[in-house]
Amino acid sequence: MEIPISYEVLRVLWWGLLGVLLIGFAATDGFDFGVAGLLPFVAKTDAERRVAINTVGPTWEGNQVWFILGGGAIFAAWPMVYAVSFSGLYLAMFVLLAALILRPVGFKYRSKREDPRWRAMWDWALFTGGFVPALLFGVAVGNVLVGLPFRLDENLRAFWDGSFFDLLNPFAILCGLLSVTMMGLHGAAWLSMKAERGPVRDRARRFAPIFAITSIVLFAGGGLVMAFGPYGFAQVGDVDPAGPSNPLRTETVAAAGAWLSNYAAHPWMILAPVLGFGGAFAALAGLRMNSESITFIGSKLSTFGIISTAGLSMFPFILPSSIAPNASLTVWNSSSSHVTLFIMLITTAIFLPIVLAYTSWAFKVMWGRVTTEDVTSGGDYY
Amino acid sequence: MIDMEVADLSRWQFALTAMYHFLFVPLTLGLAFMLAIMESVYVMTGRQVWRDMTKFWGALFGINFALGVSTGITMEFQFGMNWSYYSHYVGDVFGAPLAIEGLMAFFLEATLVGLFFFGWDRMSKHAHLAVTWFMAIGTNLSALWILIANGWMQNPVGSEFNPETMRMEVVDFMAVLFNPVAQAKFVHTVAAGYVTGALFVLAVSAWFLLQRRHRGFAKRSMTVAAAFGLMGSLSVVVLGDESGYALTDNQRMKLAALEAMWETHEAPAPLTLVGFPDVENHTTHFAVDVPWVLGLIATRSLDQEVQGILPLVAVAETRVENGIRAYDALQRLRADESDLEARALFEETKLDLGYALLLQRYMEDPREATPEQIRQAAFDTIPDVPVMFWSFRFMAGIGLYMILLFGTAFVLCTMRKHETRWFLWVALFSLPLPWIAAELGWLLAEYGRQPWIVEGALPTFLGVSSLNATQIWMTIAGFTALYGALAVVEVMLMLHFIRKGPYAGKGGDTAARPVRKPAIANDGMTPIPAE
Repeated sequence: MEIPISYEVLRVLWWGLLGVLLIGFAATDGFDFGVAGLLPFVAKTDAERRVAINTVGPTWEGNQVWFILGGGAIFAAWPMVYAVSFSGLYLAMFVLLAALILRPVGFKYRSKREDPRWRAMWDWALFTGGFVPALLFGVAVGNVLVGLPFRLDENLRAFWDGSFFDLLNPFAILCGLLSVTMMGLHGAAWLSMKAERGPVRDRARRFAPIFAITSIVLFAGGGLVMAFGPYGFAQVGDVDPAGPSNPLRTETVAAAGAWLSNYAAHPWMILAPVLGFGGAFAALAGLRMNSESITFIGSKLSTFGIISTAGLSMFPFILPSSIAPNASLTVWNSSSSHVTLFIMLITTAIFLPIVLAYTSWAFKVMWGRVTTEDVTSGGDYY
Repeated sequence: MIDMEVADLSRWQFALTAMYHFLFVPLTLGLAFMLAIMESVYVMTGRQVWRDMTKFWGALFGINFALGVSTGITMEFQFGMNWSYYSHYVGDVFGAPLAIEGLMAFFLEATLVGLFFFGWDRMSKHAHLAVTWFMAIGTNLSALWILIANGWMQNPVGSEFNPETMRMEVVDFMAVLFNPVAQAKFVHTVAAGYVTGALFVLAVSAWFLLQRRHRGFAKRSMTVAAAFGLMGSLSVVVLGDESGYALTDNQRMKLAALEAMWETHEAPAPLTLVGFPDVENHTTHFAVDVPWVLGLIATRSLDQEVQGILPLVAVAETRVENGIRAYDALQRLRADESDLEARALFEETKLDLGYALLLQRYMEDPREATPEQIRQAAFDTIPDVPVMFWSFRFMAGIGLYMILLFGTAFVLCTMRKHETRWFLWVALFSLPLPWIAAELGWLLAEYGRQPWIVEGALPTFLGVSSLNATQIWMTIAGFTALYGALAVVEVMLMLHFIRKGPYAGKGGDTAARPVRKPAIANDGMTPIPAE
């Protein structure tokens, strides 16, 4: 079969699509995590909690698919990245899975019984299912920026040095907290837009500026670490962007500050961090102007900017290795085959618009504020 | 060399989490369509009881769905966590159907499931009905893509090994898509799901009727279950997945093992009803054979042979020898990419490369194997014969019993003898059987595929991640605790809802109210009189 798009272009497109999926995930399921993590703080009584939960009730399940699809897409388009990262972050992945398993069950089971102890138990499960993944996603991205301690043998089998606790280095924790505040802001913005005018919305509106300002500070802090810290990698010599997907054919070195060199080479990339900051400021402005949609859109844009910044800074790296830089996985050496990338692109081009269409319709059908009266009327609410 | 303890623990973990996941999947597959059918009747007739049925069974569906989704997340990520070399080695082929599943099917069912529960008052009847149907179609499409992925592990068509990237790559995606093994598995698996859903509804309805509660509701549910279950149970047996069993050496071996057929029998081969497989002496004691049947089922002909275990081992032995030549050529090729002779030799032998890798259980370099070790590796291709033999008999026995059960239910419903008490008891106590059959089916498919993770291409033990046993024990303990707790919660909640019944807090049984005359007398849905 003659493939009409070159391997190189397909690789870049799939790198972009991976970003689209991660951003799609953070921009939709991000507020679900935020709402679940904020649950004990913005909602005190049972009725309040049910209002908060039901703001995401009808849509969180669809949002979660962004994450699952993200996993599937990494597997299909970047199998080496999938293999190395998930096995290397083994125990962290387990904790993440455990938290993600609690969340759906929490949403669905919590209000199925009247017993207050039952409900309190699931409130904790929901809090864990919101806070822990938000933290771990950031910690994972932080560690990727630092470089992961893996090497590859000649058969491309991955080996790891380092333990679960090595993942908790200061920079990674900074990224983890940024992810928490980012999703926290998103959750607070969502609640202020979707919960009835009352205590839940009021508390959410009080939390939003705290998260927005902390996000701005942490994001700036991360930038400073990138500029002056020891992190960064660079490829040496000629790289064939259409070469076979075998990381051992390229040479890579650690280069402090290299994560910022893309911005010098391609100044348009500066848009990403600008959006990261600008979105958070817009969210603050929205709060002041009493426009909840501006706050929510600002928060979305901030998420978009922050995630894009991490991705663009590293391009073409996806998963650098801290102990064996030559094993680093990049856009040019760790993708699926030309055929697979092409088939997956066609499939995505057909189905992603369909997904977006019915997802938007679902949000539209469920639009409007959730009220105490709704959730206590004995209808179809969680 | 691979630590076999890590390999064994990884297999246990996968088996536990996959079998647990599959406790929820078949019920989702079956109930989703039953909900769509019930709601269709509601929309067509306007009768409230059908809406109540959709909502009540829908609530139980939701409880089950939550765990199906949760435990499915584990599956999607476990390949990378525990089977990272496998993920690298076959991700180019295997990852695509998983990703397409998310894009085409899971997104659909997950988005619509929210609207199914929350959208009753927010859209027209017809729009909601469409939501329910598409949700059901989504769950079944999801099964299709997962089984395309699994089918490829059983019969790795459309792909070949690329020495430059040290992995299997797609050469013909259409072949992967239309893999006959995958097609057969899909039909068999979803039909098993329909049976599970139907029996669940049948058994719970039977329980209501035994207690003389919600009788109008329960009888209608029972009728739907009887019809749907009869259709499902006939499909699951008639469209069993034997049709894929003549395609590859491993599939042939699986078939021979589940029949405990040690030698090739002249066509058409007999089917062994029962017997006692003796692994040591390669024979089956006290076998009761039915002539011709196996040949008919497996080859759909009277003149093609079904190969026995020992002749297949002999085939494996030559493939191991050939595989060693492929391995040697591969090493030469990797040392010098321009070695044309090595490349030609590799092209000629590469289909057997996986067989040489079987030897890596015993040594680093397969080229050093002795004839005994080669023979040993060939014998390793026999799966666990007694387990296969008995699993198949129990699974098939349950399948046949299901036809009988649903056949009886269908006759009773047609005769309006819904409340035949002995039958209600039988239906109630049959409840666990479809789950047992489904798990045994997966045991046959996956345990029967051993020693391969991908038939002929990659032995299971090589697929693992570079983990240590402690790490895997930790996650096995974690999953067991978490899954165990969730199982208890789920069953409690189900029982709680069933005990409360469909009219909890809604002011009584609709069927106890006067039944409205159907708008059109001959709409095919004659009302069941309320007693």
